[in-house]
Amino acid sequence: MKYLNEYRGREGIRKIVAELHRTTTRAWTLMEVCGGQTHAIAKYGLQQLLPPEIELLHGPGCPVCVTSLDIIDQAIAIASRPDVIFCSFGDMLRVPGTDRDLLAVKAAGGDVRTVYSPMNALELARTHPDRQVVFFAIGFETTAPANAMAVYQAHRQDVTNFSLLVSQFLVPPAIDTICADADSRVQGFLAAGHVCAITGFEEYLPLANKIRRPIVVTGFEPLDILEGVLMCVRQLEQGKYEVQNQYARAVSSEGNIPAREMLQRVFEISTQSWRGVGNIRSSGLLLRQEFAAFDAGQRFPMDFQVREDTSGCISGRIMQGLSKPDDCPHFGNKCRPQSPLGAPMVSTEGPCAAYYRYGTRPHHNQEPRHEH
Amino acid sequence: MCLGIPGLVEEILNSEPLERSARVRFGGISKEINIAFVPTVAVGDYVIVHVGFAISVINESEAKRVFRYLEEIGDLEDLG
Ligand code: SF4
Repeated sequence: MKYLNEYRGREGIRKIVAELHRTTTRAWTLMEVCGGQTHAIAKYGLQQLLPPEIELLHGPGCPVCVTSLDIIDQAIAIASRPDVIFCSFGDMLRVPGTDRDLLAVKAAGGDVRTVYSPMNALELARTHPDRQVVFFAIGFETTAPANAMAVYQAHRQDVTNFSLLVSQFLVPPAIDTICADADSRVQGFLAAGHVCAITGFEEYLPLANKIRRPIVVTGFEPLDILEGVLMCVRQLEQGKYEVQNQYARAVSSEGNIPAREMLQRVFEISTQSWRGVGNIRSSGLLLRQEFAAFDAGQRFPMDFQVREDTSGCISGRIMQGLSKPDDCPHFGNKCRPQSPLGAPMVSTEGPCAAYYRYGTRPHHNQEPRHEH
Repeated sequence: MCLGIPGLVEEILNSEPLERSARVRFGGISKEINIAFVPTVAVGDYVIVHVGFAISVINESEAKRVFRYLEEIGDLEDLG
């Protein structure tokens, strides 16, 4: 496929890797923000190709992983109602709530459905006017415009049996929070390309200045990630902290304006709770008052006890780059993809699932793995 | 779920402003995709698709940039 296979080619990868070895003179620790990048790094064995001085930490960009336990419990409660068709992306079905997961609700007879797009959920609401259709609206800036469009269309077309259970996250405040932690080892960031396809990278300019670390907007293919690392390391070697755009084929400085407008029309910025991390100011998106009728949290109010996560999962530390999956005592023992204790073992973008599936420990001088 | 994938726009199906949609091919399969967020897209363009929406049109000359750069940094033979 055009614009895909080229970025996985062995020759290009070797050249970039060689350049990276020439450029690196000392140890650097970088964080790739997006779970899709974490997945690609594990899948193609990219850490193993890097000079030994460079370490990659995995960031908070897996939407399934950061959705908090109380929202999962709320989803389970709503999905258990007989009048509800509960729609979600597939990964969310296996994320453990306090007592069970959405898959267990489905097995017990709940109408829980996997959809590919929020528009599929809206379509279900149109075709089942006698039922309540609830869409589990998770995700970052990449997904939020699609969620916004589903609400906007429901509003325009007067579809009243449709609502969203919202758990949306914004990336820049999370980067800021990670850097504010005195224990943070992150010296530079590979920002998530598809988030920036929507937001652009203008807001990263003041952020890079504030945190005094380079931020390189980076794509998802092996060549993209390696070049992103190279651009970041070049800056670090020169003592710079600028914003650079490795993924210019898909990202502009202003981003996707129609998508940003739709997002702002429907959602407003709010404090958000990140699983294992806690509240981060201005890091979430909730429905505006004008669209409050589409808020499943208001439509299905419940007397809700926020419970503590007692699973022993250290997802919060992993999402902040303070620990790695194989630092977790449960990794590969009590926690495996078939029986996950925490969300990072569930999603294909979760670092624990990526480590489990593709193996972990870096071995140097390996050939890149080619699976396609 | 957050990973967008590139696909080829084969046909514009609906041109109502908010419901603009297109048939987009990803390798062996094609799907109907909402293109409301990429209003200038045309048949033959590559788009990045995420949860049923095209979020970005791939800029061809930028897509080739990495390869131009790789040519500049020299031959494999030099690198040992
Ligand atoms: S291995 Fe399992 S329990 Fe440990 S951090 Fe990962 S998901 Fe949580």
